[in-house]
Amino acid sequence: MINASIMTFNILNILPILVLAGFGMIVLVTDVLSSRKWVNRNILAYISLIGIIIAAVLTRSSTGTTLFSFNESFVTDNYSLFFNFIFLLCAGLTILISHNYIKREDINYGEYYALILFSTIGMMLMASGADLLNIYIGLEVMSISIYILTGFKRSKLISNEASLKYFLLGAFATGFLLYGISLTYGTTGAINLKQIASFIAEKGGMSDPLMVIGMGLLIVGLGFKVASVPFHAWVPDVYEGAPTPVTAFMSVGPKAAGFAAFLRIFLTAFGSSHLEWQKIIYILAILTMTLGNVSALSQTNIKRMLAYSSIAHAGYLLIALVSANDMGVSATLFYVLAYIFMNIGAFAIIIVLSRKGDECIQINDYAGLGFKHPLLAIAMTLFMLSMAGVPPMAGFVGKFYIFSAAIKSGYIGLAIIAVINSVISVYYYLRITVIMYMKEPAREFVPLTISPLMVAAIVISVVGTLQLGIFPSKVMEIAQRSILMMR
Amino acid sequence: MITITHYLVLSAILFTLGVIGVLIRRNAIVIFMCVELMLNAVNLSFVAFAHYLNSMQGQLFVFFTMTVAAAEAAVGLAIIVALFRNKETVNIDDMNIMKW
Amino acid sequence: MINYLPILILFIIAVGFAVTNIGLSAILGPRRPTREKLTPYECGIEPVGTARERFSVKFYLIAMLFVVFDIEVIFLYPWAVVFKSLKLFGFIEMLTFIGIMLVCYFYIWKRGGLEWD
Repeated sequence: MINASIMTFNILNILPILVLAGFGMIVLVTDVLSSRKWVNRNILAYISLIGIIIAAVLTRSSTGTTLFSFNESFVTDNYSLFFNFIFLLCAGLTILISHNYIKREDINYGEYYALILFSTIGMMLMASGADLLNIYIGLEVMSISIYILTGFKRSKLISNEASLKYFLLGAFATGFLLYGISLTYGTTGAINLKQIASFIAEKGGMSDPLMVIGMGLLIVGLGFKVASVPFHAWVPDVYEGAPTPVTAFMSVGPKAAGFAAFLRIFLTAFGSSHLEWQKIIYILAILTMTLGNVSALSQTNIKRMLAYSSIAHAGYLLIALVSANDMGVSATLFYVLAYIFMNIGAFAIIIVLSRKGDECIQINDYAGLGFKHPLLAIAMTLFMLSMAGVPPMAGFVGKFYIFSAAIKSGYIGLAIIAVINSVISVYYYLRITVIMYMKEPAREFVPLTISPLMVAAIVISVVGTLQLGIFPSKVMEIAQRSILMMR
Repeated sequence: MITITHYLVLSAILFTLGVIGVLIRRNAIVIFMCVELMLNAVNLSFVAFAHYLNSMQGQLFVFFTMTVAAAEAAVGLAIIVALFRNKETVNIDDMNIMKW
Repeated sequence: MINYLPILILFIIAVGFAVTNIGLSAILGPRRPTREKLTPYECGIEPVGTARERFSVKFYLIAMLFVVFDIEVIFLYPWAVVFKSLKLFGFIEMLTFIGIMLVCYFYIWKRGGLEWD
């Protein structure tokens, strides 16, 4: 007779996730019923948005607490709540920019919104997971949803190919992550991060070679999800092939979630033996930044350029991980938030300018935009400047915090390399601005149809980029409060 | 006497076979099967560890890995079928629309 | 260990019986192949075309749905093992799980995933 006891159970902790799951299912069911007269498929976006807003309100209401539940496998602390906010914001903005796009491209299925909600659930699980099982399941829920979203234009070959590449490589990387978890479990006897940490602290570091291998495999698996360099090969192809709003979504969401898990695992579980992994991440950070920025220089396709730029940004975030101090964590939180605004904003403008059957994703397609649509050009310029790290934009402040964290931990060389990289990146970001204002239009700009939702997304992104750049202190304060409970 | 080491070595061999398969095979479905082999190799090591450590968590993990693998199989097959409809091949050497 | 000896003997006899019979018929049996005898056995019906044909994609769809719903059972087994000690709580929890699966079923049904044509 096996006796099982009911574990500590606090449903309030997972309420935002449950709400999102519920709304995801409502969207699915509403969609299959939408052949009836009384349901309109256009309301699905609004249903999803309502779900996201409710989840955000619930998340907000539980700030300031640190609660472990479900047998200490799920944690609600300021760190996870901050990340959950980021994911909800990201999902919300993505839905705003998708609404018109998926109607135009004839992929207006309810599954689109449901999958965005489901992958947001996965991300939230990753950020709130206090054991490796929860983090693994979150990662898979997120990834599987995004594999499908990538191939959502199923009649388009480019979308199919991107989806297949992402899927095969993603599943491959999952294998490594899982093997890493298995070896960690085998050597420490626990999958709970706190127990792993106390085991390592007792042993006085990584004595077992199996554990070192396990940790290395964890770096491979997570490194793939955040697109760090030796594992980045999928990024440009997948970003180019996926539907543009999905590209926007997956360039920020999974990356943020990957870093949430990365930081939590490596600072909580492997925190006491940070000297071992810092060397590896140090090299990865340099490679990631440099290769991302240098490859971005020669791109002619704006989606590929942003793909390489997102690799470079992952490199900057790895610096924060290397510094492994409180400032690094808060800088990561700040940077990810800033990155959401500027990146989704940039993709929003790409979507506005594209038409059915003509994606207009060559950089030269943007020639003359400054004269025809000055407002869009100004917004695009803002996002590009912010990504390049020009003050007073959000990107500058984020980079400033990250580099300071590195210097604080004594990684001055790394900070210098990062600054040089930043300077390189200015070239390709500014090139778009120059083309927009200095070149004669190469094509006709048809009258644009911008939906109110799209306007809302762009306005939110612009305001966010400026707000974080000019008045960063308030958000930074929240970010700093979100790290206290980490250890 | 079969010890934990035997299981771990077997699991490592299976995992490596899976990795080699992914790297050298060219058919998307075969590659996917190799990935599944990797996951199952990991499952074996989880069960062996769980038995050795006398803890349930490893077994628990296997349940979830299997579920995830099933979900992945469904999605993977769907993606491969969708690709085959448009391209009439699942050879990954032909996946070359996007190049730098 | 000794308790398992009968099972081992049974196993050896079973395997030995099968191997002996198949082996003997392979060695002793007369072999006069004709064209009809060499055709693949398809329940008495004359085979049409080759077996290495493309399958309809519908089979894949059914296989995918089967895999996903089949795997739900592995969560029922551990639950059933500790059912008594989990009491009502476990029951409600499992009902929630099955409820979610029902929503999936409803979705697939309404989407036309179960229709053959």
